[in-house]
Formats: sequence, C-alpha cells, structure tokens
Amino acid sequence: MTGTPLLEATGLTRRYAMRRGLFGRPVEVRAVDGVSLSLEQGRTLGLVGESGCGKSTTGRLVLGLERPDAGSVAFEGRPMPGPGTPAWRALRARMQMVFQDPLGALDRRMTIGAQVAEPLEIHGIGDRDGRVARLLGDVGLRPDQAGRYPHELSGGQRQRAVLARALATDPAVLVCDEPISALDVSIQAQVMNLLVELQARLGTAILFVSHDLRAVRQVSHRVAVMYLGRIVEEGEPDAVLHDPAHPYAQALVSAIPHPGRRQRRILLQGDPPNPADRPSGCAFHPRCPAAVALCAREDPVLKPRPGDGRHVACHVAQGDAPAPSDGRSAARRGGPDRPAEAMRAA
Amino acid sequence: MSEPLIALRGLTVDFGGAPALRGIDLAVAPGEALGLVGESGCGKSVTWLAALGLLPGRARIAGSVRLGGEELLGAPPALLDRVRGGRVAMIFQDPASSLNPVHRIGRQVAEALGLHRGLRGAAARAEARRLLDQVGIPDAGRRLDAYPHELSGGQSQRVMIAMALAGRPELLVADEPTTALDVTIQAQILDLLGALRRETGMALVLISHDLGVVSETCERVAVMYAGRIVEEAPVDRLFARPTHPYTQGLLGALPPLDGPRRPLAAIPGGVPEPNAMPPGCAFAPRCPHAAAACAAGVPAPVPIEPGHAAACLRAARELVPA
Amino acid sequence: MLRFFGFRLLRAAITIVMVVSFAFVVLRLSGDPAQIIMGADAPPEAIAAFRRAWGLEEPLWLQYFHYFGAILSGDLGRSMRDGRDAIALVVERIPATLALTVPALLIKLGLGIPAGITAALHRNSFIDRAVMMLAVAGFTVPSFVLGLLLVLVFAVQLGWLPSGGQESWRHAILPIVTMGVGGAAVLARFTRSAMLEVLGQPYIRTASAKGVPWRAVVWGHALPNAAIPTVTIIGFMVGSLIAGAVVVESVFSWPGVGRLLVVAVANRDLAVVQCILLLVAATMVTANLVVDLLYGALDPRLRQRTA
Repeated sequence: MTGTPLLEATGLTRRYAMRRGLFGRPVEVRAVDGVSLSLEQGRTLGLVGESGCGKSTTGRLVLGLERPDAGSVAFEGRPMPGPGTPAWRALRARMQMVFQDPLGALDRRMTIGAQVAEPLEIHGIGDRDGRVARLLGDVGLRPDQAGRYPHELSGGQRQRAVLARALATDPAVLVCDEPISALDVSIQAQVMNLLVELQARLGTAILFVSHDLRAVRQVSHRVAVMYLGRIVEEGEPDAVLHDPAHPYAQALVSAIPHPGRRQRRILLQGDPPNPADRPSGCAFHPRCPAAVALCAREDPVLKPRPGDGRHVACHVAQGDAPAPSDGRSAARRGGPDRPAEAMRAA
Repeated sequence: MSEPLIALRGLTVDFGGAPALRGIDLAVAPGEALGLVGESGCGKSVTWLAALGLLPGRARIAGSVRLGGEELLGAPPALLDRVRGGRVAMIFQDPASSLNPVHRIGRQVAEALGLHRGLRGAAARAEARRLLDQVGIPDAGRRLDAYPHELSGGQSQRVMIAMALAGRPELLVADEPTTALDVTIQAQILDLLGALRRETGMALVLISHDLGVVSETCERVAVMYAGRIVEEAPVDRLFARPTHPYTQGLLGALPPLDGPRRPLAAIPGGVPEPNAMPPGCAFAPRCPHAAAACAAGVPAPVPIEPGHAAACLRAARELVPA
Repeated sequence: MLRFFGFRLLRAAITIVMVVSFAFVVLRLSGDPAQIIMGADAPPEAIAAFRRAWGLEEPLWLQYFHYFGAILSGDLGRSMRDGRDAIALVVERIPATLALTVPALLIKLGLGIPAGITAALHRNSFIDRAVMMLAVAGFTVPSFVLGLLLVLVFAVQLGWLPSGGQESWRHAILPIVTMGVGGAAVLARFTRSAMLEVLGQPYIRTASAKGVPWRAVVWGHALPNAAIPTVTIIGFMVGSLIAGAVVVESVFSWPGVGRLLVVAVANRDLAVVQCILLLVAATMVTANLVVDLLYGALDPRLRQRTA
C-alpha cells in the first residue's frame, strides 16, 4: 500500500425522504449510513452488495455528485468543494464516472468522436483530434469509429466509448457504477480486461461498484461488502471470497453460481430489507443464521477482527458474542420453502 | 433418450427477413432439466416463444414442434391455449412486469386454475392459496389479495411459479428467471425450482446467459450461438470437456473464483447482426481456430460421445483417427 | 384522504380565481363596454350615464375588488346589455348546448374507442391504416371547416338537412356529427396508442403463456390497463360538455352557451362572460376530480393505503 490515500471518505451519510403511496407521510430513509473508504492511486476498491444497499449512492457521494448529510470526502488531502461550485467543477476533470447503461450515457445525436472531444473542450485541453484518436485507440476502438453514432456501435463498443470519454481529462479517480452489468458475458470479459489494463498504464484509482462478486474479484485490490447502507466487511478479495467473515458475505459468496462447484449453499430467508424500516441492532440479524440476542440489541461496528485483522461488523465474527453451537453451517433455520429443503448440495 | 416429451425439429424463425433461428433440433425428455445457454440475441428465448406460439404475428416460423403426438406449429388456437399453462408452462425474466398490475395475485393464479383444472370460486381460492404456500410465499392467505406492486421481485417470481404450477405442467420453461433478481434471491429461486422439480417430476428448460446458473440446476446443456445450437452435452461433460470454440470462449470469459488473477480470455469482436450473417459457421470470424473451410458451409453437429455433440469442423477432424 | 381532497379543492379555487381575473383584465383592457354597447355615435351624456350605472368610472382595481366581493356573496351581476340576471341568462342556454354535446360525446366514445381498439389489435393491417387515416383527417380538420363542409354537402347540395337554427331535432344532426367526428378521431388515436403500449407489456405475454384465450387476454388483461390513460382524455371531453361547442354553435347558429359567450365577449358584457367562465372552470375542475378518483379505482398502484 502507498502512503496517503488519493481520496478519503469518512462517515458518509445520505438520507432521503420517501413517501409511501399517494397519501402517505414521508419517511426518512438512510441510503448510506456512515460509510468510510479510501481510494489509492493505481488501485481498485470493489464495492459489492445487492440492490438498495446504497453502493451506487456511495459512488455519487464520493464524486461529490450528491452532498452528504454527514461525513466528508477529502481529495488529495483537501476537503471536497460543494457540488456546483467552480472549484468542484475544476476538480471534476480529475474524477469521472462510468454508468451501467452506455446508450443512456451517450448522446444519440452526436458522433463518438465529438463526445470524446467534449470534455477536452470543456476543460480547455488542446490538440483535440490527436487526443481523441489516442483515447479511442486506448479503449480498443478503431479511428474510423470516431465518426459513428452510438446506435451504430455494439453494447461493448459503446461502453468503450464511454470509458474513452471518461478518460479524456486524465482523471485520477474513476467511479464505475455497474459498468458491465448490461453487457454479454464475452463482452464483460473484454471490458474488465480493458479496465485492468488501463489502470496499469494510467495509474487511475478506481471505485468499482457491482453486484457481481466474481467481477469484483477480477478487477479489485480490495473489496467492501455493503448491506443496508453500511460496509459490513472489507478486505483482500481472495480473503473475503474464500473465507468470508460476516454471515451476509458468507451467504453472498455461497450464492455465486459456479460451473462444476459442489458446495453447500447458504440460503438466506426473506427479501432484502426495506431501508425505510431498518431493523434494530445489526440490520442483518432478522435474516442472519448466526444471530444471537445481542445482535438485535446492539449495532456492531466495523473494526479489525482479532487474529487476522479483517474488517468486519459482526458481534459473532468478532467473538463478542458466542457463535451458535453448529456454527455457520446452520445457515438457514426454517426458510420460506420447506425446512427439509433448507440445505442442499449445489 | 427415451421417448421425448417435446421435440423441436428444424425450427426456424424469421423477423421480416432477419433470421432469428436457423434450424433448431432439440428434444426434452420427461422430467429432465435442460439448460439453454447463450448471449443476448442468440435465439434462446425465441426458440421457446416460437414453440409455444407466443411470438408476434410478423414472425415467420417453420419446422416442427411435437408435444407427445401433437404438432404445435400451426395448431389451432384452442389447442395452443390448452397446452400453454397446461402441459407446458412458462415464466419470464422480469417478474415485476410479468404480472398484471391491475389484478390481485389470487385472481391471476385462480385464472390459470379455472382454465386448466376447472376450479372456480372458493375451490380455486383454496388451491391458489396452497400453491402460494408451496412456492414459499409467507402468509399466503393474505397475499392472495395483494397487488403485484406490493410484492418484491423475488416474491413476484414465486407468484409466477405458482401460476405456472397451477396447470400441473409436464414442462416448465423458465426464461432467465433470476436475471432481474439479486444474487441471494436468485439462490432462493433456483433452490425452489430444483425442489419443485423433485416434488412434481416435471421437466425444466432453464434459459440463461449464465453458465453458472445452468450448471447448478440442469443435467444437460445446449449452447446457442446466432440462431443455432453449437454444442450439446451433459452438464459435467460440457464443463470438463467443452469442445466448440464458442463454449470454450464462454467458459474462459467467466472470471474465476480462485487462482491468480490474469486477463480473461475474452472472445474478440461481437455477435453478428441477424441480417449480416457470415457464410458458413457464424462463429468463424471470432474463432481462434477458424480455417478457410469454416466459411464454406454450416458445420453439422458431430457426435463426440453419446449425448455430446458439437457443430464444429475441428471437432469432426479430431475424431478422425490419425 | 381528507388532505388529498383539501389540496385538490384549494387548487381548483386558485384556478378559478386566476381564470376570472384574467378574463377581467383582458376584457377591460381590450375595449370600453360603454362605447361598444351604446354604439360609437351615442351622445356623451348617455355614455357617462351608462358608466355611472355600471360603476365603470371607478378605478380599475376598485372595480375588480367590487366584482370579486360580489362573486363571493353569490352575486354574479347582470348583463350590461339587457340588464337581466347573468346567471339566468346563462342557465337558460345550458339545455340547448347539452342537446348537442351529450349526443356528440356518445358518438366520440362509441366510435372512437372501438375504432382505436380495433386498429391496435390489427396493427399495420388495412383496417389499422384506414382507421388511422380517418383519425388523422378528423383530427387535423378544424371543426368549423368540417361543419361548413357538412353544410355544403348535406344542406346545400343534397338538401337533406337544415344548415342552421334550432327548430327541430333534424337541426341538431349536423352540429352533433361535426363535434362527434372530431372527438372520435382524437379518442381513436389515443386509445390505439394506449392499447399498443399495453399489448407490448410482459404481462400480456404471461396471460397468453398460461393459456388465456386471446379474446379474454384483450378484454380481461389489456383493456383494464389501457383504460387508465384513456380516462384522462375522456375526462377532458366530459369537462368540456358546456363550453366545447363555441365554434360549432356559431357555425350552425345554435342558441347555446357557446354562442352566448361569443356575443358577450363581442359586447364586453363582463358579467355574462365571467358567469360562463366560472361555469366552465367549475365543470372542468369537477371532471378532473372525477378522473383522479377513477384513476384510483382503475389503478391499484395509486390507491395504496396510508402507511
């Protein structure tokens, strides 16, 4: 690890008012609830979790696209200026975002070349034609494709064009929000390879937001697992994937479908919880196979685990509460299906 | 294979001059679980929509689809209505929009019960409740009166499955049933499908872009590319000895769960457009082993072992003793 | 629920106040009622007396306040032209207008909705193209042109029907058809696109996949969903039952509310104009409220309980 992080986010919190139904009273929803993370030059932090866990909001907070209700972001040691200010706009050239849907992110009426050149114009960078050609080459597009319109390219080529545009201003930080989810398997591999290769060449710090643990392992140096607005576990990808400490991370890992795998799968009960109706104590305890009485009362904090120092927010994993006698293999107690089906060989 | 439950022969589909299916031969045995794998646009969904007469009118369909002794292609609507939701049920990718937003869950399940089992009124309601219970909807009695928007994605897919079970199908075609769902919910639904299959003995066709999903749920896999089946094998065999370069490419493109991290063996280029198919083997332009002969003609499936066939000239060559 | 209605009523009241104020300002700024009603060659004393009698010599803002005070106490004033009660003048014209607009509305619904559904079900067929061609024609030709065209053919050329007036039911036919055809065209287009949108939804495929016969898919699954957007435009048509006949009544010299409005505006007869506008605004607002309630009845997503 290098010295000071390029970007450091501390205690980010974002609340929304959500109205239920036509006549409902607004309810406060904490989409992100005290998330701290740091990005380093040339390294990727993978942020995984299921829909509604706050991972995309975290990405926007990190870039300052949204103002946090609490917490702060520091870029190169200095606090991030407020969204919309001139200082923030100048900084935006150094921090870019890539979204899931490349067709939605591109302007259908402009050629790819013009769109890649646009950030160069905005930030007053010269030698546009030369740079556009080089950027397109960097992401594996042909020079003649600069004259094409988005609908004339395939999904993978569009995502390459989006990457070229994001890289136009030589950003130090790239936030990728589900950048491969909309693509086919064979194209996903192309884009993942491209991200790794570009990072090795340009030294960009990447926040890779995804629901796909396999993809996160492929591109990340560290991984943080989110559940209901909080990071519940953080560590090296292989450590988290092969020996997850948090029961939620264990379920997530065991749910990865994998050819030829013969492992028992942990099935969680019920649906992901509603952020507007956050359970007491540890938010995961109603679905947790290892939960004990303490979990419903007390909110676990994210801290290094005694022994190997893995960051995990769980009373049981930290040894603060006794694990249930049959440990984590008793993953599911009377799920929504039939109890007899609770465990099965995958 | 014993007498197949359903057999597709030379099935082709054409949308206004753009071929979507270019000759599908596929059979499903009673009770078996078949996975149909491929990337978007390969025709894996179109195959089953065509077989059940669910494609829009502008699609031109030819070939044969036989269910037991009955031909389904060109069959009168009354026959198709009896088969669909009866002997063959189908569920879809996006469960939330696959349920009618203005009708209650109970009514939608009961409709299928009325059509295929003649149940009405209280009897239909009681059976609908039992089905919701069977697919693991908590508090099934009260959920009967819920509207689809009040359900989560996972619950909506459970309701779709309950509706599919209403006609006691011999075959359930599940078209990307977990693609729109979160990973942990996907695990629940796959587990449910497996359990229901063991309970009812119905056959399952699982259409998916995800080799992992198919490998955990199915016994046999067919890999599709550009409107054709390029490889077909028992699931273990396919992952142990993938023969078609496209299957090899799909497996290589999947990020591994362990081992050193190196660049993925991505398949170069993209899927050909339906109206600009390359001559001969459609995969040849992206294939690392392509030779001149590959452009000459469409390769026929070559049996490699009983139950394992690949439509590739190279597979054929390797079989020839040296 | 109460909050919902309170909010709607407040919004309706604001709308009406704005309509009335706007009419006041426009009518007062665009001409002197005294000059217009008394005639250009009237003696100045007569005009001054008229002004005094109607309070027209007061400053405009004071007139405005008086006017609003009167409305709030239920007094809509009298016609400056013949001194009769404005409300009575307007109310006696309503039946004549409804005699045209209600049958026209029935034509719009009875013709437009089935045409739209048929076109959608046979998309890109000959029927679809024919319906849409007629719909575009009926939709783009203004009602006064259509009205004059019908008069030319059925009254002047063929002599089958009278060209104007209100003597018998036969006089009502041409104005009713004129209004009905235009509205049916609008409704047909709207119904068709709503229906096409719904037919493309995954739940329609689900219904077919579970063995629901096509007719039942259309009636039981597609129509209830397509009705939701269509209700908006029908609500608008119901809301314009009273004021929707201005042009047609003028073309066919039919003595309804619409013609009264035209005459009153020409005369700057403020009380009558305001009275009609209030009536129109009130019907529109009521129709909108009914549409909102219908939405709730048709779409369970909009009627979630207070949680």
